[in-house]
Amino acid sequence: MRIELEIWRQNGPHEDGHFEHHRVDDATPEMSLLELLDRLNDQIVEQGGEPVVFESDCREGVCGSCGFVVNGTPHGPVPHTPACRQHLRAFPGVTRFRLEPFRSAAFPVIRDLAVDRSGLDALIRAGGTVNVMTGTAPDADAIPQPHQEAEQALDFAACIGCGACVAACPNGSAMLFAGAELVHLAKMPQGHQQRGRRARQMVEALDEHFGPCSLYGECARVCPAGIPLSAVAAVNRERLRATFRGKAKDN
Amino acid sequence: MTDIATADTGTSDRNPQRPEDRPAADYTIGEPLDGHVPPGDPLTAWQRRQDQYKLVNPANRRKLTVIVVGTGLAGAGAAATLGQLGYHVECFSFHDSPRRAHSVAAQGGINAARARKVDGDSLIRFVTDTVKGGDYRGREADAVRLGTESVRVIDHMYAIGAPFAREYGGELATRSFGGVQVSRTYYTRGQTGQQLEVACAQALLEQVSAGTVTMHTRTEMLDLVVADGRAQGIVTRDLLSGRIATWTGHAVVLCTGGYGSVYHWSTLAMNSNATATWRAHRRGAYFASPCFVQFHPTALPVSSRWQSKTTLMSESLRNDGRIWVPSRAGDDRPANDIPEGERDYYLERRYPAFGNLTPRDVASRNARSQIDSGHGVGPLHNSVYLDFRDAIARLGRSTIAERYGNLFEMYTDATGEDPYRVPMRIAPGAHFTMGGLWVDYDQMTTIPGLFVGGEASNNYHGANRLGANSLLSASVDGWFTLPRSVPNYLAKLVGSPLLPVDSPESTEAMDAVRGRIDRLLAVGGQHRPEWFHRRLGDILYDHCGVSRDRTGLLEGLDQVRALRAEFWSDVKVVGDGDRLNQELEKAGRVADFIELGETMLLDALDRRESAGAHFRTEYSTDQGEARRDDDHWRSVSAWQTTPQGDHVRHSEPLDFSLIKLQVRDYR
Repeated sequence: MRIELEIWRQNGPHEDGHFEHHRVDDATPEMSLLELLDRLNDQIVEQGGEPVVFESDCREGVCGSCGFVVNGTPHGPVPHTPACRQHLRAFPGVTRFRLEPFRSAAFPVIRDLAVDRSGLDALIRAGGTVNVMTGTAPDADAIPQPHQEAEQALDFAACIGCGACVAACPNGSAMLFAGAELVHLAKMPQGHQQRGRRARQMVEALDEHFGPCSLYGECARVCPAGIPLSAVAAVNRERLRATFRGKAKDN
Repeated sequence: MTDIATADTGTSDRNPQRPEDRPAADYTIGEPLDGHVPPGDPLTAWQRRQDQYKLVNPANRRKLTVIVVGTGLAGAGAAATLGQLGYHVECFSFHDSPRRAHSVAAQGGINAARARKVDGDSLIRFVTDTVKGGDYRGREADAVRLGTESVRVIDHMYAIGAPFAREYGGELATRSFGGVQVSRTYYTRGQTGQQLEVACAQALLEQVSAGTVTMHTRTEMLDLVVADGRAQGIVTRDLLSGRIATWTGHAVVLCTGGYGSVYHWSTLAMNSNATATWRAHRRGAYFASPCFVQFHPTALPVSSRWQSKTTLMSESLRNDGRIWVPSRAGDDRPANDIPEGERDYYLERRYPAFGNLTPRDVASRNARSQIDSGHGVGPLHNSVYLDFRDAIARLGRSTIAERYGNLFEMYTDATGEDPYRVPMRIAPGAHFTMGGLWVDYDQMTTIPGLFVGGEASNNYHGANRLGANSLLSASVDGWFTLPRSVPNYLAKLVGSPLLPVDSPESTEAMDAVRGRIDRLLAVGGQHRPEWFHRRLGDILYDHCGVSRDRTGLLEGLDQVRALRAEFWSDVKVVGDGDRLNQELEKAGRVADFIELGETMLLDALDRRESAGAHFRTEYSTDQGEARRDDDHWRSVSAWQTTPQGDHVRHSEPLDFSLIKLQVRDYR
């Protein structure tokens, strides 16, 4: 099948970018969007050009490396699916793609479709951790966790850190990412000890690195890990909880 | 020779070994190696070794710098723990975030010898399964350490935020994995690796906040600096600016993963590579058992040229899925139209005791021989069925969905088929590498001060790794072994200055890296690095794959050597070296893969026996099962490449005092 592509090319963070038109004549329905780009890059190099830079690693949807905006939607037409798992067969009617990097002030473009998402790690550093010295943890069977609570923690811990939520948000907010982290760790017995402190620090870092949340809900619509919108509400809930309990309490 | 007891019943003291000392091709045999395992009872070896380890005064620790490369379970664990202990840690990753290391993609679970259930599990049982599963080509005492520390690994991972599956009573849930008959695998749905990796990366970032670890992302190690016979630094390339830099430390720890992607089509990530370990090898670290590569029996088959990889479907699926092929070769009917009587559940038929849960090497070999004999299914007849029909009928769709939901979704995404309705199609794909940089019991290589952890090292899994033992070995190395053995080495360096970054050795290594990059950019040939990688993969799958023989290996050797020459005269690397250039990154990695491929072929040629994943058709029983030769090959082979490029094979003899040498029999 023939695919037409408009792809954002930008040589570096401080250079101007532009859309470049390409055509792939021998695309197949089995190809993922990334495999389509692999094919295209082969063609570009054959014609003496430089390949389109895009990031990817595991190509099975867990590492969170890949992602760009496809026809206006982060990752592509199939909901809740990272770009590496978006296969052409799933949207046979679409033969024209406009590919852009994740658009957000928090994610500066590095080159072509690759962006700098280190702001997400800044959020983790601010509070997305549990402080445990190696070797000192108590027996994990001695702290039972109800089946359902473990499953709920997992629902939020499923985040792959791709940043699509930020790219989808008109404000460039990372509330869904932060909320997923806060809910996940709040449901873990050992994460409890730092629950209030974590919420305070995380909210502070959110304000510093990302835009505010206006509850558009675009983030949850594109999240490849299916993090529910309730994660956004959880940020506010955890913040309020921490405020009411006061700074003297870490948990 | 005839008075020697047979391999089946012999133990080390009754069965003296005469290591094979005749080369099989153009390489030489070097001095034997000593693994420095504490003598005596392997069960107490680890405690005794810890008691002997030298300690470093807390006040002196911050004056000692440790370089850690890689942020998977092993690298993140080593960096975070050494940081907690007070050492100055510099940690490197080519990813944009530590969380993306390839441990993240492991699915099924992590073993632990906690033995809480009354299913007969115990530490000894764990060691037996690991050593026997590895076909007696790994160190017994190391497997004991793996089992001993496994208990605390689960506690620690849970504490730092990994939500494990829980029973309704709140206790940790476990499941069974291939090669064992007890239930000791802890898991979180089909995303155990993801949960452990994210938890480990977060623990690492906590140390970054605490100021004990400095994290260098998007920075790739391209060489090792050896001075005074010690590893004292690394040379890196900043992937964004192209800047080449030297970093020096009192010790260097490599946790850079395996080399399975040498096969091009594998279950590994696109960026997984062997450059860090191979460059260390070229600086003098021996490379052990490169031919011990595990082919995962439940990978997706290759169905088109542009397919990125042979995506892994977790082995845990074999708990409930039944593997079969049509009894009649070339039967092209849709799976559901083939009646029960015309299906060959070949694993259940041949191995009634283990059935679909035979170890990976056995499952892969059997799948390969079914495919090769014309029973393969799918459009290219290159796969076998993994069928959930009976399990869904027995347990209900919702139970199956809870156990494997995300794997089923992943399969549907990748293939467009619904495994709830039609069987999955699977095929053996290159996966885990048991080989790696040779390390002694303290995880130190033949270069003093160079330590290795996780899949990048060689010591636990012998010739075949059991499912769910890889997350475990990476975790044990990173969190519990290296933080004890590295300080023992550092203790004697208290007060010694760091090697200057402009020392002659550093400068020489930087010049070497720059020279290599310039050479790659200057070739100006016809084909992209990717093209050479694909060809290398084809050669290795054909000649050094699930089964090997002498003629094929010799052919493969010629082809790889020719490919290497062709690469350096015909590779085309577009762009330049002073900014993000993925073609250049790939080119360097492929160049190293080609050299590694040659050593893999030599090792496979050299090892004149079948053991675990290394199956030489010349060395098999009448039933087609692997035939080990414990008299000549009860040893780890460790390869040295001289600066001139000559190959020397060293041997580390293996002793088994705890586990009796037996023929692996899963029937």
